[in-house]
Amino acid sequence: MKHLLTTEGLSAAEATAVLDTADTLKQTLLGREVRKLPTLRGRTVLTMFYENSTRTRVSFEIAGKWMSADVVNVSASGSSVGKGESLRDTVLTLRAAGADCVIARHPASGAAHRLAEWLGSAGTSVVNAGDGTHEHPTQALLDAATLRERLGSLDGRRIGIVGDVLHSRVARSNVHLLATLGAEVVLIAPPTLLPYGATNWPVRVSYTLDAELPTLDAVMMLRVQAERMHGGFFPSAREYSINYGLSEARAALLPEHAVVLHPGPMLRGMEIASAVADSAQAAITEQVRNGVHVRMAVLYHLLAGEEGAA
Amino acid sequence: MTALLIKGVRPYGEGEPTNIRVTDGVISAIEPATGADEPVPADLPVFDAAGLVALPGFVDLHTHLREPGREDTETIETGSRAAALGGYTAVFAMANTDPVTDNAVIAEHVWRRGAEIGLVDVHPVGAVTVGLAGAKLAELGTMAASAADVRVFSDDGHCVHDPLIMRRALEYSVALDAVIAQHAEEPRLTVGAQAHEGERAARLGLAGWPASAEETIVARDCLLAGHAGARLHICHVSCAGTVEVLRWAKQRGVRVSAEVTPHHLLLTDERLGSYDPVNKVNPPLRTAADVQAMRAALADGVIDCVATDHAPHAVQDKDCEWASAKPGMLGLQTALSIVVETMRGTGALDWRGIARVLSERPAEIAGLAGQGRPIEVGEPANLALVDPDARWTVRGEELASLAGNTPYEGMELMARVVGTVLRGQVTAGRERIAV
Repeated sequence: MKHLLTTEGLSAAEATAVLDTADTLKQTLLGREVRKLPTLRGRTVLTMFYENSTRTRVSFEIAGKWMSADVVNVSASGSSVGKGESLRDTVLTLRAAGADCVIARHPASGAAHRLAEWLGSAGTSVVNAGDGTHEHPTQALLDAATLRERLGSLDGRRIGIVGDVLHSRVARSNVHLLATLGAEVVLIAPPTLLPYGATNWPVRVSYTLDAELPTLDAVMMLRVQAERMHGGFFPSAREYSINYGLSEARAALLPEHAVVLHPGPMLRGMEIASAVADSAQAAITEQVRNGVHVRMAVLYHLLAGEEGAA
Repeated sequence: MTALLIKGVRPYGEGEPTNIRVTDGVISAIEPATGADEPVPADLPVFDAAGLVALPGFVDLHTHLREPGREDTETIETGSRAAALGGYTAVFAMANTDPVTDNAVIAEHVWRRGAEIGLVDVHPVGAVTVGLAGAKLAELGTMAASAADVRVFSDDGHCVHDPLIMRRALEYSVALDAVIAQHAEEPRLTVGAQAHEGERAARLGLAGWPASAEETIVARDCLLAGHAGARLHICHVSCAGTVEVLRWAKQRGVRVSAEVTPHHLLLTDERLGSYDPVNKVNPPLRTAADVQAMRAALADGVIDCVATDHAPHAVQDKDCEWASAKPGMLGLQTALSIVVETMRGTGALDWRGIARVLSERPAEIAGLAGQGRPIEVGEPANLALVDPDARWTVRGEELASLAGNTPYEGMELMARVVGTVLRGQVTAGRERIAV
């Protein structure tokens, strides 16, 4: 792997290799007092976030630090971006400054593809940490790691993805990865929040959450962004919550073994009831914990292989 | 007296090679070419056109020359050169300059600069509304009465979306014998739109530009134009559904005409996967089915003509992330080749048909008396000389435009304009003086 831009096109073997490495790293670090591996010593990893983010940026930063990489955080507001510098100039500057890997979040779909093109096939790797409404591949990988842990395997499992699929990069990355790993995906949303032609994706589409819950092995609740609530995509937050919120009563429809996921940040009471988010079925904090290991694994596959060859 | 001899050319690609004699800008004789060793009077400029096809000089209803305002991307001079090299003898310079061409002063400037340069007739398009803002009619009558003689008005780049403003513009234009050229895009349906709303854009996470945003405006404006008895022209038709609306309106007798761009005849949204903004254009590249519908409609006349929507952009406005990139692509020097490839190559149009869509119909729509005329004795010598067998590879940096944003970079195209004659003056290609 040179870059990680999408889960679309990622083979089952590649994805499984990353997940297996994440497992190994997790076991290796388990119970250690000093959680630090020397693997990426001397490597420089830059996070470049053009959108607000706490969990993803911190997760990547910790992942890099636990691998002993030098991690530098660049935020759009505190950099030359505020002076109007182009994305291309910024990333070429960061490469010249010695970045081995650039982890980028950007509001424009395809931004990570552009970065990878500008950086060329040699040298600096790009990890897409979320590009617009396109993809967020490490989120899908950490979701898959969490589901594997809880369910054993994804093969033949039925996973529901609920909410604003139209604007969700998490949903897109999950659709591709889950399908690749053999799961059956059901998208559950009002028609206004489903992408054009989603019926031709490797998924089933449903408008009714209650009808799907009893047969799901996992349900993935998506965040509803504030601007969507006022964008006319549904009549009101209340009606959305009534039809698509994971209330306690609704969670009771799930099979006992089913897992509840949420990429965060959660809107408690609207997307998901507090009691459900904090229940034993919910794996939300495990998602965050696994996120670090998965991102360590991604950095390992992108950066350590090269070192081994040298 | 000026004179020119065009030797060995086949008008419309028909019949035996001929020699076209031009005197004072007018075709004075068309005679059989008797052979290469035919004596030629000394000092008579000769254009050796053996093997070439002569077509009436092309007329582009939709060109962005960027002057005034963005002279770093194109000027009237560089755009004129690109036009001449593309076989054009008249172009219509869109009004979205900076300042906007919404008054007679700017219109006359554009017209005068075009005349000074003299490579192509540059006709300014006047804005329909002040500042292209869609709120208040620009002084259409003053622009029409100016030296620039403006007869085509458009807010291109923006849709005249307010139905009442559009109605008034159409009504008012009747007295000027002008045409309102609409950029058909319902703005409420295209907020933040980045690409054709289809499966491709949905996967790529690019906000959709639905076909219905074009179709609804075209339907509305056809009804308004019919009611006002006004002339309406639809810019850059891109959707199969729009063709059906146009067919219906024309059958009802609405005075509507329409253009399609070369890129909408060839390219599809399959190209978006790289996120390279060279493929970003408004209206967006659509599906293969839409492309087929554009070709069929151009062949059967529901779409009247080809217009380039030549839109030069600076490198920094294209070599960036998709959402920040400006929409538009170069078109003047590649239009003929794309039309030949998509229409003649498929048998949909012959050379006469290509003359119709690139020259005759656009000249009629714009009311240009001296353009789009038959290649006959007594007619103005406005000609495009085409090598039908040429194969050439497009290189943006080799094009005459200041900008290089061509989506055809590296593509091998068929047929090429090798000479252009504007009222007897060779504006592209090279004549030689006999010795």
